[in-house]
Amino acid sequence: MARTDTMTQVARPGTGIKTSGPQRFIDIAGHVLAWLFLVGLAILWLVPFVWMASTALKAPQDLANPSWIPTRFAWENFSFAFSVGMWGQWTTNTVIITLVSVVGTVLSSTLVAYAFARLRWPGRELVFNLVLATMMLPGVVTLIPRFVLFAQLPAFGFQGSRNWVNTFLPLTVPAFTGSSFFIFLLRQFMRTIPMELSEAAKIDGASEFRIWWNIIVPLSKPAVAAVAIFTFQGAWQDFVGPLIYLQSERLYTLQIGLRQFEHAAGGAPAWNWLMAASLVVILPVLVIFVLFQNYFIEGIQLGGSLKG
Amino acid sequence: MPWIIGFLLFTAGPMFFSLYASFTRYSITTPPEWIGTRNFAQIFRDPFFYTALYNTFWMVIVKIPIVTVTAISIALLLALDLPGGRFFRTIIYMPNVLSGVAAVFLWQWILRPNGLFNTGLALFGIQGPGWFVDPLWTKPGLVVMGMWWIGGDILIYLAGMKGISRDLYEAATIDGAGGWAKTWFITLPMLSPTIFFQIVTGIIGTFQIFTTAYILSGTESATGGPRQSLLFYVLYLYNRAFGRSGPAGFQMGYASAMAWILFAIILVVTLAQLWLSRRWVYYETEEAR
Repeated sequence: MARTDTMTQVARPGTGIKTSGPQRFIDIAGHVLAWLFLVGLAILWLVPFVWMASTALKAPQDLANPSWIPTRFAWENFSFAFSVGMWGQWTTNTVIITLVSVVGTVLSSTLVAYAFARLRWPGRELVFNLVLATMMLPGVVTLIPRFVLFAQLPAFGFQGSRNWVNTFLPLTVPAFTGSSFFIFLLRQFMRTIPMELSEAAKIDGASEFRIWWNIIVPLSKPAVAAVAIFTFQGAWQDFVGPLIYLQSERLYTLQIGLRQFEHAAGGAPAWNWLMAASLVVILPVLVIFVLFQNYFIEGIQLGGSLKG
Repeated sequence: MPWIIGFLLFTAGPMFFSLYASFTRYSITTPPEWIGTRNFAQIFRDPFFYTALYNTFWMVIVKIPIVTVTAISIALLLALDLPGGRFFRTIIYMPNVLSGVAAVFLWQWILRPNGLFNTGLALFGIQGPGWFVDPLWTKPGLVVMGMWWIGGDILIYLAGMKGISRDLYEAATIDGAGGWAKTWFITLPMLSPTIFFQIVTGIIGTFQIFTTAYILSGTESATGGPRQSLLFYVLYLYNRAFGRSGPAGFQMGYASAMAWILFAIILVVTLAQLWLSRRWVYYETEEAR
C-alpha cells in the first residue's frame, strides 16, 4: 500500500535500518511488475467488449475468422437484427418499467430509511433488525407465493388482463415497498447528517415530510444516486421477473425479447446478429456507467464498508 | 409507518403461505389440497433433485474459493495505489453493471469450442475444451465466465483494506516487518470480517444460480443443458413451478417444498460458517476486552 510505503521511508531511519540499494531496487521492480500485471488484466477485461463490437460488425462469412477487424463493416447487421421482433415495443416497455421502478424505489427507500435514521419510535431497532434479516432470506422462497398472490390480485382489465400476471404491475408496484439493502444503505448515510439541521427546520415549522424531502434527501445525494443507479441497472436487466410474469410478446422487455430473438433464429443463432442486438441492449447501461462511474464505485464501496 | 408494515407483509406473508403450500398439492387453477409431507417424501426420491443438488454444491465448492482468493489478490495489488488506479478500478468493475441476457450470449460466443477463449489458449499450445457443449466442462465454463464479474468483490475488499488503521502498519514497520509479513499478519486478519461477509453472501448467491443456466441451456432449459450438467437447484425449482411443457409444470406445492429445503440448506451452511468463523474471523472489538 502506498501509505505503508511512504511510512516505510519515514519509519526506517528511526529504526536505524537504512533503505539499502538492492532492497529499494526490489521494491521498485515489484511495483513495476504489479503495474504491468494490472495493465494486462485491464486489457483482458476489455477484450470481451471489443469482441462483442467486432462480432456485431462482421459479415456472415467473416464469423469463423478470428480476426479483430472485420474485412468489411457489416452495418446492416443492426437493421437485420431489429427487423425480427417487436424491438420498439420492447424498448418502450423496458423504459416504462425501469423508470417506475427507479422512482418507486427511491421514494419508498428514502422514506423508510428516514424513519429508521431520523425518527424515534418504539420498537425501531427491532423492526430494523427484521428488515436486515430479510436481506439474508433467499429470494427463491418468496418467488412462488408472490406469483400466487399476483395471480389472484384483480387488474380490472389493465393491459388486457384480469389479474396482475401478464401486466407490468408485479414488476413495478413492489418497488414502492422499498428494498432492504437500499434502506440499510440510506439509513447508514442519513445517520451521519447532523440532527441539528432537522431540529432547526422543526423550529421553523417544517413538517417531517418536508424535512425528509427538502433537507435529508438532497443531503444524501451520493447514496440516493447510488440507489437510483443500482435500481436502474437491476430493472433494465431483470430477467426472472419478466420471464415469470410477462407472457404476451407485446409486453416483453428487452431481456426477454433478446432471448426470444435467439430462438427465433431457429436453433443455431446467427452470432453477428445476436451480438448486434445484444450490444444495443446493453448500451444504455454502459453509457450510464461511464457517465456516473463514481456513483457506482462509491455506492459499492459504501455498501461494502458498512458490511465489515 | 404503514410503509414498514407493508414491506414486512410483502415478505413475511408470502413466507408463511409458501410454508403452507409446501404441504399441499397446488397448481394455482385449483385450490391447494393438503397432502401432508408427501411432497417432501417425493422430493427425496427424485433423482433430478440429487442432480440439481450436486451441480449446485459443485459451483459453491469450486467457485467461491477461486473467486475469494483471486479477488483478494487483485485487491492487494490495487491497494498499492499505483498510477492509474482509478482507471483499473473502473475497467475491472465495468462487467458488473452487465448482468442480463446479452452478457450470457457474449460468453457463450467467447467460450464456443472454436471461440475466442480457446483461440487464446491455443497461443499457449493448450487445446481448449468444449465448454458449454461438453457436459464435463459446462460448470468450469461458468466459473471462467464468473471471473469477469469479480470486480464487485475486488472493490469491496479494497474498501475494507482502506479502512485498516495506519498505526498497525507503522508499528509493524518499526518491528521490522516486510511487505509480505504485513499483508499476512495485518491486512488479512483485519480484513477477515469483510472476507467472511463476502463468502457468506457469495454462497447464498451461488446456491440460487438461475438466469445464466437457464439461458445457456437454451432449448434444453427444461432439462438443464447438456446432460443435466447445468440443472441447478433453482432452475429445477423453476421448471417444477413454471415449466410450461409436460406434466412437470405448475407444481406449486412441490416447488414450495423445494424452496424450503433450499432455505434449510442455506441456513445450515450459514450457521456452520458462523460457528467456524470464530476460529478465523477477527473482530477489532475483541481486542478491547
